[in-house]
Amino acid sequence: MKLLRAIALRAGKSVGVILAIVALNFLLIRLAPGDPASVMAGQAGVADEIFMKQLREQFGLNEPVWRQFIFYVGNVLQGDLGYSYRQGMSVANLIAERLPATLLLTGSAFIFALLAGIVLGSIAAAKAGKMPDLVVSILSLVFYATPLFWIGMMSILLFSVWLGWFPAFGMITVGANLQGWDYVLDVAHHLVLPAFTLGLFYMTVYSRMTRASMLEVRDMDFVRTARAKGLAPNIILRRHMLRNAILPVITLAGIQAGQLVGGAILTETVFSWPGIGRLAFDALVQRDYQVLMGVFLITSIMVVLFNILTDLLYRVVDPRIGASA
Amino acid sequence: MTGHLLEISGLTVALPSSGDRSHAVHNVSVTLDRGEILCIVGESGSGKSVTANTIMGLLPPDSLKVQSGRILFDGQDLLTLPEPALRKLRGARIAMIFQEPMTSLNPVMKIGRQIAEVMEAHGVPAAEHRTKVLALLEAVGLPDPENLIDRYPFRLSGGQRQRVMIAMALALEPDILIADEPTTALDVTTQAQILSLIHHLQRSRGMGVMFITHDFGVVADIADNVVVMRKGEIVEQGPAKRILSHPEHPYTKALVAAVPRFREEPAPETVEKPVLQVEGLRKVYHTQGGFFSPTREFVAVDNVSFTIARGETLGLVGESGSGKSTIGQCLMRLFPVDGGRILFGGKDIAHVKGEELKAYRAKAQIIFQDPFASLNPRHTVGRSIMTGPLAQGVDPATAKARMDRLLARVGLEPAAAARYPHEFSGGQRQRIGIARALAVEPDLLIADEAVSALDVSVQAQVLDLLREIRDEMHLAMLFITHDLRVASQICDRAIVLHRGKIVEEGEVSAVFGNPQAAYTRSLIDAVPGRHWHEPA
Amino acid sequence: MNQSLKQFLCNPKALIGLTILLLAVLAAIFAPLIAPGDPWKMASRPFLPPMQDARFLFGTDMMGRDIMTGLIHGARVSILVGLTSTLVALVFGLLFGMLAGFYGGWIDDALMRITEFFQTIPTFVFALLLVAILSPSILSITLAIGIVSWPPVARLVRSEFASLRNREFVRAAEVLGQSNWQIIWGQILPNTLSPVIAMASLMVASAILTEAAISFLGLGDPNRMSWGFMIGAARTVLRQAWWMSFFPGMVILLVVLALNLVGDALNDVLNPRLSRKGRQ
Repeated sequence: MKLLRAIALRAGKSVGVILAIVALNFLLIRLAPGDPASVMAGQAGVADEIFMKQLREQFGLNEPVWRQFIFYVGNVLQGDLGYSYRQGMSVANLIAERLPATLLLTGSAFIFALLAGIVLGSIAAAKAGKMPDLVVSILSLVFYATPLFWIGMMSILLFSVWLGWFPAFGMITVGANLQGWDYVLDVAHHLVLPAFTLGLFYMTVYSRMTRASMLEVRDMDFVRTARAKGLAPNIILRRHMLRNAILPVITLAGIQAGQLVGGAILTETVFSWPGIGRLAFDALVQRDYQVLMGVFLITSIMVVLFNILTDLLYRVVDPRIGASA
Repeated sequence: MTGHLLEISGLTVALPSSGDRSHAVHNVSVTLDRGEILCIVGESGSGKSVTANTIMGLLPPDSLKVQSGRILFDGQDLLTLPEPALRKLRGARIAMIFQEPMTSLNPVMKIGRQIAEVMEAHGVPAAEHRTKVLALLEAVGLPDPENLIDRYPFRLSGGQRQRVMIAMALALEPDILIADEPTTALDVTTQAQILSLIHHLQRSRGMGVMFITHDFGVVADIADNVVVMRKGEIVEQGPAKRILSHPEHPYTKALVAAVPRFREEPAPETVEKPVLQVEGLRKVYHTQGGFFSPTREFVAVDNVSFTIARGETLGLVGESGSGKSTIGQCLMRLFPVDGGRILFGGKDIAHVKGEELKAYRAKAQIIFQDPFASLNPRHTVGRSIMTGPLAQGVDPATAKARMDRLLARVGLEPAAAARYPHEFSGGQRQRIGIARALAVEPDLLIADEAVSALDVSVQAQVLDLLREIRDEMHLAMLFITHDLRVASQICDRAIVLHRGKIVEEGEVSAVFGNPQAAYTRSLIDAVPGRHWHEPA
Repeated sequence: MNQSLKQFLCNPKALIGLTILLLAVLAAIFAPLIAPGDPWKMASRPFLPPMQDARFLFGTDMMGRDIMTGLIHGARVSILVGLTSTLVALVFGLLFGMLAGFYGGWIDDALMRITEFFQTIPTFVFALLLVAILSPSILSITLAIGIVSWPPVARLVRSEFASLRNREFVRAAEVLGQSNWQIIWGQILPNTLSPVIAMASLMVASAILTEAAISFLGLGDPNRMSWGFMIGAARTVLRQAWWMSFFPGMVILLVVLALNLVGDALNDVLNPRLSRKGRQ
């Protein structure tokens, strides 16, 4: 019951956040220099008078501002995120087409970053001060400082152009028309470099956090109690240290969710991955604001949902949260 | 051949080179026999904990190293045993319980599981775990073992968690129990319960117990033999009865003398008019309920009334949660007051603001408990002391003059004014805190557990200082403490608080010597070393 | 506190970091002297590989522009944007965090809701959106990065203020008669500066990375040569001219690494409790 109540509260708050984002979008359009209609039409649509007139009517741009806001919110709630003149499709459809690819990319990158980060961080903590720790720490430091898009390009050079191990762009081999299991393998083959690139930066973040957290937990009283009981070191590590040390890492992962999605834009651009990040890049070049704002809204919703997930995960791992005092 | 159960010979443990001395423990030799309770007594930094941790091989690996010595147990030298062999002994033959029950249990693991872990690690078949755990929980006096087994530690109080720790330690019937200050962090009544539990369990199982403490009262209650340590060395050891009644070494003598005792003669009655009159004070805490659960009310202070006159010291005595600290903070206007009046010099200051509040601030000051948190680490001592006068608008020259004078009065050198708090000891920082409070020349001084965090010998010195200052400046003093013996020493009258209400009040030797209320009686019974008589 | 400064300067991480940063800052300040000429002008034939012409050690790009000149002039943009956007973020973050942490109650709730909101939205996407809408320029990029960077500062400052608020020396200051402002400014703030300073250098690093990413995607200031822009220009000719993207990326790596090292060293020195346990 308590868990359901917590979820309901969280969901309620999230709805508030999303509405605030819609309002923010509305504000942003006003912020842009020039007439809102030309802003929304984008570079391509401005030339078309009929389209502009349609826009003005649809968004009620001849009405007072507060009415325009109601229109806008109403549209969004009905799933109407606008229309891209350049692409000739509704924004909602554009996004729906490309969302799965992005979910696949960010999902795998996240899992890779979290697992690799926790494992490396634990190793570094267990061998603190010795060679493995030094190696992990230096590598973390270097990769943390490297621009995401540059790593992507360098790894294309190394793994694709020179070594030929992985494809350089796209999600599937063009024209191959693979089916079933072959299709899955093909996608997986294309997924490795982009997911690795996107996840690498966050892997270093989680690795450093895990290391710091493990070292802090190692000195805590209950770990000393575990040693006094005569428990074997690997049991102490797993049951007592790790279980407590990953709590802040989970919290951090939740907070970082917003960044991961942003990194997807860079990754998809470098690897020509057919997701909403690539869509956003194209829209940027063409100043297609409706698409941009649609992407902004959808990615925000993704982040909110993701935060709810990590929140739930945290509750499962830590029995203290959500219990009545 | 009757060998000792445990024999430590010539143990020396080195400190890292940056420390103020070279050894944590130097040339320590101690023996423990079956059925014996040995108390190791010392103040902070005496090396008693290090000795205990070394037996089990639990020293932090990067800082403390054993340089020499032998620890014989069951024919083996524990210091030369490889780690896997030591692990076999830990928890099974030698067990240990620690000081802080609130942090000594894994917060994300169920209690039953944590106790069963000991059995699991030492080969007890899984089928027997549950019954054994239930039996242990009962043996340590925990209620409702069937439910407790599936609970998480955060649901238990400090005393209950310590019982769980004891259950874990005794699970495999060890030969030796090492207890490192297990009752220091507990309330006085809980302390007494845990002490008697340990004593009882020890007798029924014939264990050897090594009990580490700083409190001679505890020694008086349970020890067979005593070892007195100071700065890493043994200063005196022998049977408890002898050491308590006829200590030989000057340090032991000083330590025993410093232990506060209940006073015998009654305190003088005052003839002055009251400076502070509290009437029907009330403070309620509301815990946030949120959308679906109601706000809960917790009455921290319930209808408390008392007076204090110039030159008089009133003691506010109680356990944690009694409301005593809350009263002090309300009097200092740190928290809003929910009911009642606080009359200072005849005027109700309970709700005043602005200039009037500032004027009150010049007349009433407070000394806090934690010497390490009560001074701003980034301000020099001199600046901290001058904070009050400067805030009151006193000109800088006068403020500085006051600061110099007070620094000397509390026994610190003038050069101290330019130094930072971290360069001073706990006792010295409390003195600085006293100087700071006196700088505004108050009429009322509140001491909120002002000596509770200090070592016993330092405690006595600071108490003396407070007494002198009170007499010199004819201050009214409110002394808040949980230690009845300390209250008995310094207070004229005392009020006993329980759950926010006054349970008993009166002249101090009467309240403690002949208590009327049942709660007061239970508090006094719980004081360790009650039956101990002073050395001749 | 001079002891802290000495400790800091002896820390190897700080030394390496400060050296690299010094080079970068000098390059930025003296760019017109070291590399005279317009980085946008054609200097030699296009796609000149590195190490072939002593005048163009790092080669040229597809328009024949000298890579080395671009790198030196690009330092100006990165450092300028990095420093100013961090300053903006610090000012906002400190203000929000101070007020929320000190006063608590509904002020805390309101300010923290706003902060949480800004942390929930995808920060990079929002920054891009802002720059796109306000037209790309050094000013809009600085503003955009500043606006998305302040939440972590606010959270840190708030938690420090909230925990110190109830510390005994702060209560003592209250009892001694100091005003709220005197307490915020004189008592609490000096004790919160250490973690904020350590965080600041990491923020500059992150700002430089974000600026590079924004320029990479084509939203950089069109009048300024920046490292991100150079890598963006190299994207489509990756196979033919690896040096076009390699050198700018290395430079970004070195500068950001240097800032991280300095930040770590600051943490070691200013938060000694952490450094004793061997934290990075």
